[in-house]
Amino acid sequence: MSRIGVIFKRELVGYFATPIAAVFIVIFLMLAGAFTFYLGDFFARGQADLLPFFNFHPWLYLVLIPALAMRLWAEERRGGTIELLFTLPVTLWEAVVGKFLAAWCFTGIVLALTFPLWVTVNVLGEPDNGVILAGYVGSVLMAGGFMAIGSCVSAMTKNQVIAFVVSVVVGLGFVLSGFPLVLDFFSGWTPQFFLELISSFSFLTHFDDVSRGVIDLRDVVYFLSLIVFWLFATALILEWKKAE
Amino acid sequence: MVEIRQLRKSFGPIVAVDHVSFTVSRGEVLGFLGPNGAGKSTTMKMITGFLTPTKGTVTVNGFDIQQQPLGAKKNLGYLPEGAPAYGDMTPLSFLSFIGAMRGFRGDDLRRRVRETVKRVNLDGVLHQSIETLSKGFKRRVGLAQAILHDPSVLILDEPTDGLDPNQKHEVRSLIREMAKQKAIILSTHILEEVQAVCTRAMIIAKGKVVTDGTPAELEARSRYYNSVILRLKGEAADVQATLQRLPGVKTVDVLEEPSGTRGFRVIPERGQTIIGVVSQCVHDHPWDVMELSVGRGHLDDVFRSLTMPAQALT
Repeated sequence: MSRIGVIFKRELVGYFATPIAAVFIVIFLMLAGAFTFYLGDFFARGQADLLPFFNFHPWLYLVLIPALAMRLWAEERRGGTIELLFTLPVTLWEAVVGKFLAAWCFTGIVLALTFPLWVTVNVLGEPDNGVILAGYVGSVLMAGGFMAIGSCVSAMTKNQVIAFVVSVVVGLGFVLSGFPLVLDFFSGWTPQFFLELISSFSFLTHFDDVSRGVIDLRDVVYFLSLIVFWLFATALILEWKKAE
Repeated sequence: MVEIRQLRKSFGPIVAVDHVSFTVSRGEVLGFLGPNGAGKSTTMKMITGFLTPTKGTVTVNGFDIQQQPLGAKKNLGYLPEGAPAYGDMTPLSFLSFIGAMRGFRGDDLRRRVRETVKRVNLDGVLHQSIETLSKGFKRRVGLAQAILHDPSVLILDEPTDGLDPNQKHEVRSLIREMAKQKAIILSTHILEEVQAVCTRAMIIAKGKVVTDGTPAELEARSRYYNSVILRLKGEAADVQATLQRLPGVKTVDVLEEPSGTRGFRVIPERGQTIIGVVSQCVHDHPWDVMELSVGRGHLDDVFRSLTMPAQALT
């Protein structure tokens, strides 16, 4: 366990030792703010909640999380440090989990930095803080889902651009899997239960419920099992094509 | 300490390492020689557990690298080819990370990092990011991470590649200094390095071990081993023919010399020592001798004859 901690610490410190953290934090906060106030009509709605803020998270994460995740393994491959890492006394899953947790934790830190919005609604009105907390929990879980997908895609290639583009496309598939864009592709040649299965994978449906304040165990289990699945796939791919 | 049995690795139809077996014990420095693409790095990657062998086993201090990877890796120090390191870290934070991964904490960790830094002379650059360091310093950082935990087995993939002569000398002294307590395997294609640090040399070509012996034994296989070099002033006649007639002499090559002097390399039949007869011959003739010396074997020559197909040799 302690080795996960060592990897976690190195990775997390790494974000702040490079311009990645600063750039990411500034861009995320700017975009989140712009979306909330302009597209989401935060003030004009006249409601003391953070729905317009959370509503845009799937779209923000769709682009920004792959940008963070693309380097997770692709960079280790390109720099040859993957050889160094896996000849240390560490197991594959410790490395996969340690790196993932650091990246996930970093997005958590960035999300926490949006607290002025929470302060603002509390000054302006009397929001249901339980709903807001649920929204944050849901957002963190969804970020983890995107990050796990990105980790897996990053493990496949040493090219970060490819990792980024493929992660965005896979992520888009998950965001939109309840929409005709994705469903039409499968309808007609797959059985009905398969279509329902796909639409039940939608990030949007699961996140919508949570961001409205309903933390359903099923949504939590959905995101957590999604993370576990993609991390498992990451480990498999690394084992399979470590040396390439 | 390291035992390799019937190791084989194939990538699809290409066989990179083909049934390689050897043992390295404490106090030995095994030089792994071979042309590029001969399978040196692939073999090292299997010994260190990075690659899974197609067939065969590797045991490090009694731990099978496949069955008990963590136990084996704890006893191993490895410098991968090109000395990769996390470029955005400083040598200090990088070595602390490696030490922590190897299970050292607190004062013990700090002491080990301090000692290793001293050993490889990294003091001046401890707080500079690794990507800004020169090649020599990067290599030292790589060496430092490999020896930080004082492993009993050390695997070094081209430890002096790209270093200047002073740095090479330093790295070699470090290896020699550690050699007594460790089993060391290093790969190189610099043959002088084998003479400088190795107690044993193994040449590998196309995935197979072609020869295994001490550097001196390898030298003895050179056609130039125990050859005699003779340089004369003036234009004495019939020198080549005279030398050629001596017992035990195989051929006499004429060396390129500036005008006014002439040089010959007298090559013996395999296993013969001819310095005696040649010097007697020199004594018996009125030649104006400038140099008379015994040539050592050329490892280059042995290397070429063992790793290249016969028709390609000139």
